[in-house]
Amino acid sequence: MSQAAALTYPDRRPMPGMGVYNMKLGMWVFLLSEVMFFSGLIGSYVILRFAHPTAYPPPGTVLNVPLTAFNTFVLICSSVSMVKAFAAIEAGDQKGLRTFLLATTALGILFLSIQGVEYTKLASEGMLPMASLYHAVGRHGGTAVLGGPLYGATFYTLTGFHGAHVTIGVLCLIFTSIRAFRGRYTQENHGGIEIMGLYWHFVDLVWIILFTIVYLI
Amino acid sequence: MATAEARVRAEFEPHGGTGIWSWITTVDHKRIAILYYVTSVVFLVLGGIEALIIRLQLAQPNGTVISAETYNQLFTMHGVTMVFLMGMPISVAFFNYLIPLQIGARDVAFPRLNALSYWIFLFGGIFLYSSFLVGQAPNGGWFGYAPLTSKQFTPGLNADFYSLGLQALGVASIMGGVNFITTIINMRAPGMRLMRMPLFTWMSFVTSFLLITALPVLAVALFFLTFDRQWGTNFYQVAAGGDPILWQHLFWMFGHPEVYILILPAFGILSDIIPTFSRKPLFGYAVMVYSGCLIGLISWGVWAHHMFATGLGPIADSFFTISTMIIAIPTGVKIFNWLATMFGGQLRFTTPMLFSIATVGLFTVGGISGVMHAASPADLQQTDTYFVIAHFHYVLVAGTVSAVMAGTYYWFPKVTGRFMSERLGKWNFWLFFIGMNLTFFPMHFIGLLGMPRRTFTYSPDLHVTNLNLSATIGAFILAIAFLLLIVNVLISRRNGAPASHNPWGAATLEWATSSPPPEYNFGRIPVIHNREPLWLPGKEEVVEAAQARPGAIHMPPPSFWPFFTAIGIVGTFALFLTGHWWAPLIGVAWTAIGIVNWAYEPTH
Repeated sequence: MSQAAALTYPDRRPMPGMGVYNMKLGMWVFLLSEVMFFSGLIGSYVILRFAHPTAYPPPGTVLNVPLTAFNTFVLICSSVSMVKAFAAIEAGDQKGLRTFLLATTALGILFLSIQGVEYTKLASEGMLPMASLYHAVGRHGGTAVLGGPLYGATFYTLTGFHGAHVTIGVLCLIFTSIRAFRGRYTQENHGGIEIMGLYWHFVDLVWIILFTIVYLI
Repeated sequence: MATAEARVRAEFEPHGGTGIWSWITTVDHKRIAILYYVTSVVFLVLGGIEALIIRLQLAQPNGTVISAETYNQLFTMHGVTMVFLMGMPISVAFFNYLIPLQIGARDVAFPRLNALSYWIFLFGGIFLYSSFLVGQAPNGGWFGYAPLTSKQFTPGLNADFYSLGLQALGVASIMGGVNFITTIINMRAPGMRLMRMPLFTWMSFVTSFLLITALPVLAVALFFLTFDRQWGTNFYQVAAGGDPILWQHLFWMFGHPEVYILILPAFGILSDIIPTFSRKPLFGYAVMVYSGCLIGLISWGVWAHHMFATGLGPIADSFFTISTMIIAIPTGVKIFNWLATMFGGQLRFTTPMLFSIATVGLFTVGGISGVMHAASPADLQQTDTYFVIAHFHYVLVAGTVSAVMAGTYYWFPKVTGRFMSERLGKWNFWLFFIGMNLTFFPMHFIGLLGMPRRTFTYSPDLHVTNLNLSATIGAFILAIAFLLLIVNVLISRRNGAPASHNPWGAATLEWATSSPPPEYNFGRIPVIHNREPLWLPGKEEVVEAAQARPGAIHMPPPSFWPFFTAIGIVGTFALFLTGHWWAPLIGVAWTAIGIVNWAYEPTH
């Protein structure tokens, strides 16, 4: 590069960067670290599970797959309503923003409630993280199913960390909704909704993987 | 910021104060950097005292200075301190000070998050060290191998302090990584393209990616350990179907990128210092950048070379042997490029340059022994002996610490506006150089002669007495060298010779602004046209812009909430020690109060 050319070269953009505002970029980078966190969890699950295939009851014998499938549907719906909330404020539609934010929050709470019901049921059957052995009454018929001690531990750890993420998401959604009702987001300035959406979609995506690997396989 | 110039209305009003409250509430990256540096040096002294006690115990065979249990706690805390409480944060001190100045920004992207990282680090460090007060410091090695850390083998709180303390420190590191990546991508001055950034910023960039990807894996490993110990799960319990090797995989998947987290900033420091004192641009800038990126990338594929002795099988062993040897290539590229930078240059042997040259040479020694135990058959002989200790002290003490000392002497004039004493500096350097080699070079032989690591004493029949005595004498010389550094900083802060804005005649942007830099860093954000903005034509404009009278610059106001929230986050982890399941919720509630106040705090 010749110096003269370097000096007269016009810098086309006023500031270098990705053209993404700081909060959004920060959220992307944070989600990258979240990807590594869940990769660690899922990887450990795969190692432990496939080292001890007999310790894990077949799919559907202990865990209530239809209930959780419905719960997965609930969470996917909440992603749709989150998208609709973002689309609404992009179009300057305050009412739509509020409606869909509330819908997302409600669906998030519904997801957590169903998960709570599931946990309570499993715990009452004796499936606890620290249980040394787990004898469950099979869901379809009378034969008892034997689960190894790791079964409960890995199940609660994986779904529990996801549940904690949803809980934090719901709290943030409540906070965001309050701000939306106070009219703090505008068509021009609604970064908060966008980064809320990024986080929420990520948590949904993780759940689809967890549902597949913990419940279905 | 670009629009700030357009609406110059008034003079800049600094967020004044020098009292303790101004330090607690500061969000200025330069002040946070100083906090990081001072705290890290305090932990360096603590970790150093631990090392000296260890060396006293090992000075003679059958030593009786301390008990085996105390020895375990000391070598564990020495490792934890030097990695998590000294090595990482002292690099972050340099990140904090230099990244915004080198890329032409007024602060980092998230100033309050930056303060939060620091306070979590400080409180996490205090939490770890509070374990000494109850006599139950971590004692399972800095890698805390399962099942040694299980309730069965470690009934005390030792491993709880370890898992909870590191968990808190990891949170701080991830936040730091997010902050620096966003800053480097988004906050560069006009014309400061990625390939014009100083090498230090580049290496910080790579390191930040390693931080945000490696620490979450450690978090997973530590959560499993915490659950095993607190709630009786069985992740690492073989009898219950768990897998202790899982801990090793998770730990070293974090642990090996961690090695490069510690060394890449040092590479960055060298790459900025050597061109300055050779009066030559860095040789092969682009290749230096790419090799740094490559080291970061490959560091993810080498973790199991820490685990050859666990019996992974020939295929895995071969894979990790080869990948580990490959990583020597980009590292070698860096070494040769530093040599090529010096070749034919006008060398000035100032203290920072002496430390830099020594780092290049001694790091190579550590690198070569690294390649030796990359070979899995050789490693089976060397693993868990003092040979490994010799290796990683050559890369971390002669690499990271030596580069940090170089960086301290180099950037001190920028931070304080005064030079450090060169006379003391030369003493400091030679004592460091002699002490370092006297301590760690004999350890190669101690290890090859068969003395294992982590053993509190040895028999005279091993014939390593004189070598161990030499290491002990070296350690005390090294300690004097570190003391001289601290003395030099304290004296020069007030009495050093005054330094101009660019006292070394360096090329990079941080030297354009005045020494010490004002709170807003640059009066006007300079426009960058090349990699050496202070060497090439156009430098007058850059300096003039940097030192221009500030207009109405908006700087983020001080905030108390990072400090407050950090207490909650570290408290959450610390309260697990009580054994009550509800106790951590107090910390969670405290954190929530902090976050809500944080969110509603006006930043304008």
